[in-house]
Amino acid sequence: MRYIPHTAGDVTQMLERIGVKTLEELFVEVPESVRLKRPLDLPEPLSETELLRELKSLAIKNATPGTHKSFLGGGAYHHFSPTVIDLLVSRSEFYTAYTPYQPEISQGTLQAIFEFQTLICQLTGMDVANASMYDGASACAEAVLMAVRLTRRKRVLLTRALNPRYRAVVATYCSYVGLELVDVAVADDGRTDLKDLAAKLDATTAAVVAGYPNYFGVIEDVATLAEQAHSAGAKLITAVAEPVALGLLKSPGELGADIVAGDGQSFGLPLAFGGPYVGFFAVRQKDVRAMPGRLVGETTDLDGQRGFVLTLSTREQHIRREKATSNICSNQGLCALVTTIFMSLLGKQGLREMAEQNLAKAAYARQKLSAVKGFSLVFDGPAFNEFVMRSETPVEEVLTRLEAAGFLAGIPLGGDYPELANCFLVCVTEQNRREEIDALVAALQGGAQ
Amino acid sequence: MEFPEELKYTEEHEWVMVEEDLAVVGITDFAQDALGDVVFVELPEVGTVIEAGKAFGVVESVKAVSDIYAPVSGTVEEINDDLVEAPEIINTSPYEDGWMIKIRMADAADADDLMDAEAYQALIAEES
Amino acid sequence: MTMLGASGLVLNEKLLFEHSQPGRKGYSLPKLDVPAAKLPADLSREEISGFPELSEVDVVRHFTRLSTWNYGVDSGFYPLGSCTMKYNPKVNEAAARLPGLADVHPATPPHLAQGMLELMYRLQVALAEVSGFAKVTLQPAAGAQGELTGMLVIRSWHEARGSKRSKVLIPDTAHGTNPATATLAGYDVVPIASEGVLTLEEVEAHMDDNVAALMVTNPNTLGLFETNIEAICKLVHDRGGLVYCDGANLNALMGIARPGDMGIDVMHFNLHKTFSTPHGGGGPGAGPVGVTEQLVPYLPAAGVERDGDQYRFVTGNTESIGRLMAFHGNVGIMVRAFAYASTLGGAGLKHASQMAVLNANYVRARLEGVYDLPYKRRSLHEVIFSDKDLAGGCHTLDVAKRLIDYGYHPPTIYFPLVVKGAIMIEPTETESQDVLDEFCDAMIAIAGEARDNPELLHQAPVRSKVRRLDETTAARKPKLRWEDNP
Repeated sequence: MRYIPHTAGDVTQMLERIGVKTLEELFVEVPESVRLKRPLDLPEPLSETELLRELKSLAIKNATPGTHKSFLGGGAYHHFSPTVIDLLVSRSEFYTAYTPYQPEISQGTLQAIFEFQTLICQLTGMDVANASMYDGASACAEAVLMAVRLTRRKRVLLTRALNPRYRAVVATYCSYVGLELVDVAVADDGRTDLKDLAAKLDATTAAVVAGYPNYFGVIEDVATLAEQAHSAGAKLITAVAEPVALGLLKSPGELGADIVAGDGQSFGLPLAFGGPYVGFFAVRQKDVRAMPGRLVGETTDLDGQRGFVLTLSTREQHIRREKATSNICSNQGLCALVTTIFMSLLGKQGLREMAEQNLAKAAYARQKLSAVKGFSLVFDGPAFNEFVMRSETPVEEVLTRLEAAGFLAGIPLGGDYPELANCFLVCVTEQNRREEIDALVAALQGGAQ
Repeated sequence: MEFPEELKYTEEHEWVMVEEDLAVVGITDFAQDALGDVVFVELPEVGTVIEAGKAFGVVESVKAVSDIYAPVSGTVEEINDDLVEAPEIINTSPYEDGWMIKIRMADAADADDLMDAEAYQALIAEES
Repeated sequence: MTMLGASGLVLNEKLLFEHSQPGRKGYSLPKLDVPAAKLPADLSREEISGFPELSEVDVVRHFTRLSTWNYGVDSGFYPLGSCTMKYNPKVNEAAARLPGLADVHPATPPHLAQGMLELMYRLQVALAEVSGFAKVTLQPAAGAQGELTGMLVIRSWHEARGSKRSKVLIPDTAHGTNPATATLAGYDVVPIASEGVLTLEEVEAHMDDNVAALMVTNPNTLGLFETNIEAICKLVHDRGGLVYCDGANLNALMGIARPGDMGIDVMHFNLHKTFSTPHGGGGPGAGPVGVTEQLVPYLPAAGVERDGDQYRFVTGNTESIGRLMAFHGNVGIMVRAFAYASTLGGAGLKHASQMAVLNANYVRARLEGVYDLPYKRRSLHEVIFSDKDLAGGCHTLDVAKRLIDYGYHPPTIYFPLVVKGAIMIEPTETESQDVLDEFCDAMIAIAGEARDNPELLHQAPVRSKVRRLDETTAARKPKLRWEDNP
């Protein structure tokens, strides 16, 4: 076995040094009654060549943007990822290191996280960001729990325009901590219904949670949501599933959000069938001690050199145990590093330019698709790179026909929203060339005739 | 380590100085030493009603955190604001500049049950 | 002896933001091929204040330099107890980057992602076989999220029976995530004492009809097998509770004994420990959860099942606890773990566990007598020493820092909390006898230095990029981001 160096001679010598005769004797504490008395029933081991052949045979069964023209979004996005990123994160000093518990030999990880925290603050317009969380949805759930801690209130309003997967994760995390989760309706333009929100906000409300942009690709009026939430003494949580949008949109911090949770997948991470991605989490300075997750801070060493350490750890489970702000005991370190390198490369101009391309291409596609007979745009609110189309014919038939023509045209919405039966969510990014969009339009037209 | 004779002590390592119905509360030299460099203190707001035996605040070092328990019941009369900006005072002057809160006692007899310096020293000798 | 640690030419490097020059670019995008669009002015932001502007070369050099300040498994021996820092095979990295696996969108219709579903299904089956559970969910992103999954499953099972039990028993040797997780699942935590291992009497004394579950780690964080586990599980079950196992230390038991056969009801795996996936400087990992038959209905939404030669997601299960992640979990990590299990096979996994236990016991044999060994029972995959016998006023922290000068990553220190000054060493199976000997020589030399020249320990490390850092000031006056005008 190429990963295990022991020769038979080594084993004999080592057993002798330990003072036992057989490997079996090392397991003397494991009672006979719980021993597995047969070999594990697993496939025969594969050589490197056989393994890669096997994995490639699985890989070719999957549709990707390389095999299909893809317009899938809904919380995971196909974006340009500079070549540099994967080569840098493949440096094994980064990916084979553990959590930076020994700061003297972890400064690479620590400085990179400090830079990540800074970039997330700049992007979101917030004061403090943590070292990252599992994904956008679980970060959103942690944000809800934090708002509950801050306000000591138990009612949380989630707009139905928030990604339904995020809503589901919030519901799971909050199953048994005594919270009341209340849906807020969606208005005709695809934004959160402000009247319904006003009717449901009360003095027991801990937080209002909204997507920015929301699940339908529509840009919420965050300033008004914040104002309404604050007037009831509640916190506004904005969930950003598509952070490329923040290259153009006013930052949630500037608009009054109290907690910003989101997912950094768009910033260089492969789609990977849903993960690993990276949750980001940013708050106001005054709330930092109620925050979940790791934090890196700047300090100096014995010689006065600048260095970085994990800090404010007394919030965390390894010290505060059952009173910790969260049970999380890791971050998505390497994924956060990917997004840090992405943001460094794209920078001030690049993120804006990428966002402008998404906006323009989605606007072009939206206009062309809305003009196809048998299809209509569902929400007319301001949008970023996604929008909802309604089909006059059953949406499953439409999507299946388009699959056969080489398109992954969108995500059907009827399962999550009965009122949106025969509707589908279309995402257009800078990766979709005009020819692809035109081809999708042509394919839809073909079907309507 | 010092344990002034004029103070009363608790099993949770707080000290109390009683002046009529006012109790000044802090943590002992033993407690600050066990915690190490104090980096953060959380105190209640003035006017908070607190109950003997219940936690009223938190004191943190880099790698440890400890609740601070009310030795007596009453209302918070004053808090030591200096600790917010300079929590290290608790390390350098636990019994004087490092006082935490003053409690207007509901019942001054509460303090009678607390340990004297000798009993407290016996307790920590046992613990360590 | 020769020290591995040496000072090479290590380069300083500023923060990204301090390199930034207006107008520099590190990217290229195709020309826009559709008409430009504009957002309503009231929605548009100004430029992102402070965001860097760097060339590609700036960025490459920046992160290359940063990487050289890190110590990874590929740099050297990393005996971090309870973290299982085994070698991360390179073919696993190549596997996860195959375009047909890396570029699949999570909303791809299952019939167009059959390869992905098949891989997940086969990994579920392999993990179930290794652990002896009826079914495994792959969704949790990390051990702590696996714990939450497991505790929510337990709670849901109780609630479905109309049971309102409110307490969870947790031994004092447990990892801090255990009590934090129990709280998040709405339970009150009752700490219980262990004497190296849990006794039936201690569990019995606390096991009343308000206890929903016992959370154990087996082998525990002292590297000891919980010898009474069967009787303890039976007792908990007889009194209406369930047993959760933290699977952090499964690397001791593969092919030897299975938690599911011991009476344990739920366990999480750490694929980033036992199944060789890289730790990534703190993540991503993956924390799949296995359960017994009666708990299967409560597993998170959308596990994979096989239907003839097709694979599909399980939907419409109303008893499920719901979902923990937006999509299917950390699939990229699952691919690596699948590659690992496929490479080793059943006999290989058992061999890995045997060699991991052999290595830990070898280190123990070499260091016993030099360092205090608080628990004398036979160790499994890790061994815990303490600083009790250390001379020169030196403590565990000093030994750890001195090991850095010798060229090693220190062991886990000051954990578990029940051992004062704990030094927790887990060598894993991927280290050779030579490496272990060099490490043990260094540990012995350090104990000697503590006696003869303790300042060497107090001042250590001196060969690292930075020396000991002022954590107190970092916590008193937190500086958590770079600012233009601080």
